[in-house]
Amino acid sequence: MDKNEILVRVNEIFKKELDNEDIKLDFESTAKDVEEWDSLSHVQLIVAIEKSFKIRFASREIQSWQNVGQMVETIFKKL
Amino acid sequence: MYSFTELKKNLKKDYNSFRKVRLAILGDTSTQILAQALKGYAFHYQIHLDIYEADFNQIERQVFDASSDLYAFKPEITIVFNAVEKLLYKFNKCNPQGKMHFAEGHLQGISAMYEVLEEQLGCKVIYYNFCEIDNAVFGNYANKTTSSFIYQLRKINLELMRLAQYAGNFYVCDLCTLQNRIGRNNVFAANIYINTDMVFSLDFIPHVAKSTLDIITALQGKAHKCLILDLDNTLWGGVIGDDGIENVHIGNLGIGKAFTEFQLWLKALKERGIILAVCSKNTESVAKEVFQSHPDMVLRLHDIAVFVANWENKVDNIRYIQSVLNIGYDSMVFVDDNPFERNMVRNNIPDITVPEMPEDPADYLSFLYSQNLFETASFSVEDENRTTYYQTESKRVSAQKAHTDEGAFLESLDMTSDVQHFNKFNTPRVAQLSQRSNQFNLRTIRYTEADIERMGADNSFYTFTFTLEDKFGDNGLICVVILKKEDSTTLFIDSWFMSCRVLKRSMEEFVLNTIVSFAAENGFRSLKGEYIATAKNELVKDHYKNLGFQQKEGFWILAIDSYNAKGSYIKNKNVPVNNG
Repeated sequence: MDKNEILVRVNEIFKKELDNEDIKLDFESTAKDVEEWDSLSHVQLIVAIEKSFKIRFASREIQSWQNVGQMVETIFKKL
Repeated sequence: MYSFTELKKNLKKDYNSFRKVRLAILGDTSTQILAQALKGYAFHYQIHLDIYEADFNQIERQVFDASSDLYAFKPEITIVFNAVEKLLYKFNKCNPQGKMHFAEGHLQGISAMYEVLEEQLGCKVIYYNFCEIDNAVFGNYANKTTSSFIYQLRKINLELMRLAQYAGNFYVCDLCTLQNRIGRNNVFAANIYINTDMVFSLDFIPHVAKSTLDIITALQGKAHKCLILDLDNTLWGGVIGDDGIENVHIGNLGIGKAFTEFQLWLKALKERGIILAVCSKNTESVAKEVFQSHPDMVLRLHDIAVFVANWENKVDNIRYIQSVLNIGYDSMVFVDDNPFERNMVRNNIPDITVPEMPEDPADYLSFLYSQNLFETASFSVEDENRTTYYQTESKRVSAQKAHTDEGAFLESLDMTSDVQHFNKFNTPRVAQLSQRSNQFNLRTIRYTEADIERMGADNSFYTFTFTLEDKFGDNGLICVVILKKEDSTTLFIDSWFMSCRVLKRSMEEFVLNTIVSFAAENGFRSLKGEYIATAKNELVKDHYKNLGFQQKEGFWILAIDSYNAKGSYIKNKNVPVNNG
């Protein structure tokens, strides 16, 4: 799976978890760009991504992301 | 189980028509996600939770400071949630002596907090007990020393149960058994904990929310009271009509074991006060023979309050059972192995609970355990006799058919009532009746055992309990009246509730005669009643009117001086009958 495919899947997860069909992510997106993306829903997103890709993030990784691209990068390395 | 994402979606739905409950959450870790899950799950219980969430780690300050936000919020129920991770942290900071007495210290803290919450705020407390974790400092030897964390933790969990025995408004939500069921690895996610200070995984949160709401719902007086059972392949393996009594599966062999253990569970429920009824497509005599003569049957005919076996459809049969028991469909559970019957009942009687039974009878029990269908907020000795009440009730129904004149029938029952004030013997039953009576309940104010004790000791309240006994048997304590002194001439009827199984027995008249004589003897001039409508108490809408009260400014008034004692077929057990 390449990074673009990961981004598409991550975008679908965001739509479902945040209950908003209009979310459109790119590699530069941050929490500021998505209204429903706050510290609480962040937990939901992490858990949903872990389940969907059957991976587990280390706690340091969760803290390190500045944008969606870095999150995708972490997922990519684990697959 | 609903996922957290599903629960969160519920938050956008309309809760306005639901009953509102003011709930405070005090936690020593982050509780925001738990609060969302509780509110979301409450949608499925038709409850609108109005939640106050304290900033975390403020438990003591909120409780012991009367000017805190908690006091301003005035919760009906407060959840106190100490996380096991924080408990371990505190334990690790203790010196060796402190570790050995850690449980006592913690319990004293909880108990002091409970007293303040109960007395100052008058609220009920739900305390989350501790999920067991072993820190592996001692290995298995931890079981052999009081210095180990697991020893102190288990002691706390046991002591919490002890505290709950005498602290009337203290309820333990048993997270430890939830963790046992779904496993520690599903309860805790270390990476989430480190990043958010949230100690439950998102998968565990819905379980916690359900268990909490089970308690809250029971406190609102909702409970399942009756379990209706199919027979073939539900109570025993095989089809009695085809296979014959020698060939049905029950006992210690093979799949029979699953049915025997299922019946043992049913028997335990019956002993706790759940009414068992049978609804089966069978020839009645054939079905009953298994109960009478199969040596391995655990349940016998005397365990079943209403036995319906015929070839009619189950919806009509359940309606018949409902009419005999006179309880709401929402307090009934129907268990049947056949998906067709389940769906038919579900579609026609929406309020009844119909668990989606697993295909393999070996899975019946663990599945039903996980559903927690029989949560309760009270338990009393009378519960154990409930089946007998309903069985004698059906005898009364037969006797009544022999009498065309209702008065003559009531006369023939030789009814007596034992009238008492609240005391330590009747407190549990009074509290239970207060929680459970929905139909014959004028104001539907729910009281717990602690409330009952308080009113019993308070001089401004006059309390009355009534039993009803007749020649067929004793119905036990079935009616309660609480009078409050409003001023020197007026007594306000704070509560009047009665079990529906004694309707139409002239109990209402007997009760009114009793309280009017009390009022007259103590110099009061009038009784003041109030009817507060709920979804379920339409039955007593005209209760005061029928008894001769006059409507005045939303209340019902009865003048004591001009009162003529009503005719009743019930005699006071403690007053000698004067025939002169």
